[in-house]
Amino acid sequence: MIYLAAAVIFIPLARKLGLGSVLGYLLAGMVIGPSMLGFIGQEGQDIMHFAEFGVVMMLFLIGLELEPALLWNMRAPILGLGGLQVLITTTVITAGALLLGQPLNASLALGMTLSLSSTAIVLQSLKEKGILSSSAGQSSFSVLLFQDIAVIPMLAIFPLLAGVSSTHTKGHTLRDDLPAWGQTLVVLGAVVLIIVAGRYLIKPLLRIVARARVRELFTAFALLLVVSISVLMSLVGLSPALGAFLGGVVLANSEYRHELESDVEPFKGLLLGLFFMAVGASIDFKLVLSIPWVIIGLVVALMALKAIILLTLGKVFRISLEQNLLFGVALSQVGEFAFVLLSFTNQYNILPQATVSIMTAVVAISMAFTPLLMMLYERIIQPRFNVADKNTRQPDEIQLQEKHPVIIAGFGRFGNIVGRFLRVNGIKATILDLDSDRVDALQNLGVKVYYGDASRHDLLEAAGAADAKIIIVAMDTVEQTLEVVKVVRKHFPHLQMLVKAENIPDTYELMDLGVLHIYRETLDTSLRMGADALNMLGIRAYHAHRIASTFRKQEDKALKGLSAIRNDKKLYINTVKERIEELEKLMANDKVTRWNSPAQGWDESSLINEANEDQ
Amino acid sequence: MTKILILFAHPALEKSRVQAALLPAIKGMQGVTLHDLYEVYPDLNIDVRHEQSLLLQHDIILFQHPFYWYSAPAIIKQWQDLVLEHGWAYGSTGTALRGKRIGNVITAGGQESSYGKDGWNHHSVEDFLLPFKQTASLCNMQYIPPYIIYGTLRFTPSLIQEEVVAYRRMLEELRDGNSLTQ
Repeated sequence: MIYLAAAVIFIPLARKLGLGSVLGYLLAGMVIGPSMLGFIGQEGQDIMHFAEFGVVMMLFLIGLELEPALLWNMRAPILGLGGLQVLITTTVITAGALLLGQPLNASLALGMTLSLSSTAIVLQSLKEKGILSSSAGQSSFSVLLFQDIAVIPMLAIFPLLAGVSSTHTKGHTLRDDLPAWGQTLVVLGAVVLIIVAGRYLIKPLLRIVARARVRELFTAFALLLVVSISVLMSLVGLSPALGAFLGGVVLANSEYRHELESDVEPFKGLLLGLFFMAVGASIDFKLVLSIPWVIIGLVVALMALKAIILLTLGKVFRISLEQNLLFGVALSQVGEFAFVLLSFTNQYNILPQATVSIMTAVVAISMAFTPLLMMLYERIIQPRFNVADKNTRQPDEIQLQEKHPVIIAGFGRFGNIVGRFLRVNGIKATILDLDSDRVDALQNLGVKVYYGDASRHDLLEAAGAADAKIIIVAMDTVEQTLEVVKVVRKHFPHLQMLVKAENIPDTYELMDLGVLHIYRETLDTSLRMGADALNMLGIRAYHAHRIASTFRKQEDKALKGLSAIRNDKKLYINTVKERIEELEKLMANDKVTRWNSPAQGWDESSLINEANEDQ
Repeated sequence: MTKILILFAHPALEKSRVQAALLPAIKGMQGVTLHDLYEVYPDLNIDVRHEQSLLLQHDIILFQHPFYWYSAPAIIKQWQDLVLEHGWAYGSTGTALRGKRIGNVITAGGQESSYGKDGWNHHSVEDFLLPFKQTASLCNMQYIPPYIIYGTLRFTPSLIQEEVVAYRRMLEELRDGNSLTQ
């Protein structure tokens, strides 16, 4: 409760001050932590473990947004940029620690620990600012991904650094008792298991769950999925975050991607917030205050060092200066894995308790500084580049999120044709549909359709509604259509709505909701049929075409007029009767063309009359 | 035998008298293809490739239409704009129509006397058809003088019948190669 209350108080405050939610959480953690108000005490560590699950979920979500093909495209920055960053930073910090008089094994441990950056803080901040797909964002992501992978060998190396036999250490992972090749095999087996299960087990399961049409069930399943992956990974001694990421990537191609995304999202947000608060709470202010200059000095030196290495690498990898600065600033802190690794070093007696405490404080403070630094970057550095920005900014390499100008809600008979028509004209659309059988069938045909309820605003958000221009609403039932229209009107008023209606009452309801573009699904086809019938009866095709078009316009006009009076039953019925009589009178006159007056121009009868009078 | 393509355009044949009578008389004539543009393309969405292949299969192309505002009905212009493509009909590589003959068959409401310096139309029909003539020239085609039926506003049924016979005879002569308009 304390956590939640603190979050509710501090987040809006931080937002209002333009600090971003990450800093808000950190501040909240500091205030309620043992050093200040002391609302929460030693259980902070446990909370941290629990909250690390937020990071796992975040990586699952990131994985979901990254298709394997995109990931493969990014292999160069991941291995090159990420690999070099970890290697160089580790070396430099190790050398620095040696100079400061630490023994070699401790220096190495510190070097590795401190080379990591915080996936949670960086990605959350970049995402909040909407710059994850910029080149700095992409580079940061690559480096972070590599670091997450690098944690695995680091965890393996630490026992060796301890110099003592590692058999007495924690024995709760499956692979500890196996020989080296066996360990490798187990790890590989787990990865393969996730990929294979994702392909052939999870997808059919999702289908069954989706078909049950119970929203909570889907959420529960999504959570179960993430938890089981984490448990499996922990079991074989891999990072759960990495496993979740892998699981996400495997499911990125699935039609349930948007649905999964919006289900896991709130949990991720909460747990991640908890995690940030735990970080804030773990800062030991007494320690900081006792040796303030040492700690501040360490933080500044560390962050400066990391930033310089990153900037150099960015230069080598040809990131533009403005983006490079962001890249350097974003990744200059030490990451959450450092807490894990530091507690390891303590267990293995690589580092003394005092050093670990100091380093923990340094790490936490550096994390707390990051949002501040990014804010400084945004306020001070970025404006200077804004002019040049337009010319030099590199095109975004990869779109992490699907951003198409058109969203099609409902891909039944009607939406299907609209979608195909747009597609052959090169317009990309994000397609959402609620019928899981149909989604499967279309997927089999190679059409990219996402399963999901378009009347959920979070799902529309995930489908890129904030950036789209047009939404085509062609749901199967009137009720669904009205739901979607209401949600779009409320949350995405900028979207132009094109809405399918089935009959006249639907049309009236949509008119009442202020929808401007309404399409009665049977009108055009019926009139085309009518025109063809006329043509077969000997009426010229062009004439039939024109009168059908005129009829459709008349119908639209009449409907608008009738809509205004439809609640007055008597008046409505009378007006409709009048209209019918009017039309019949025109027909009876055997001059159908009377109501098609524009065709007078081709009627020569008046000219003929005049010519004959002149004679 | 020369092959003739008639590109027929009347937006409201149901109101026509003379063109409506001309049409059945030439339907099915040997060596004459009647192509009713408004009937085939009621939405004016002309199939360019089909039209071009039709042109290639014929030697003489005739636009048959009423004289509307000193020109042809709209679909003829649409047809010209779309079918006579640069690089196909004209331009340095546009030689597809080279040597073919093209002309207009026109029904005009006014008397012949009204078309001329002293008439109230002030110009001859030929003058008004200058764009067709120049179009033919640009497409390396030979423009043949228009076949004009004047004064249709005052036609009686028997007069219409005479014109139908005359028109049919003209087409036969054109087809068989002993026409004056060669």
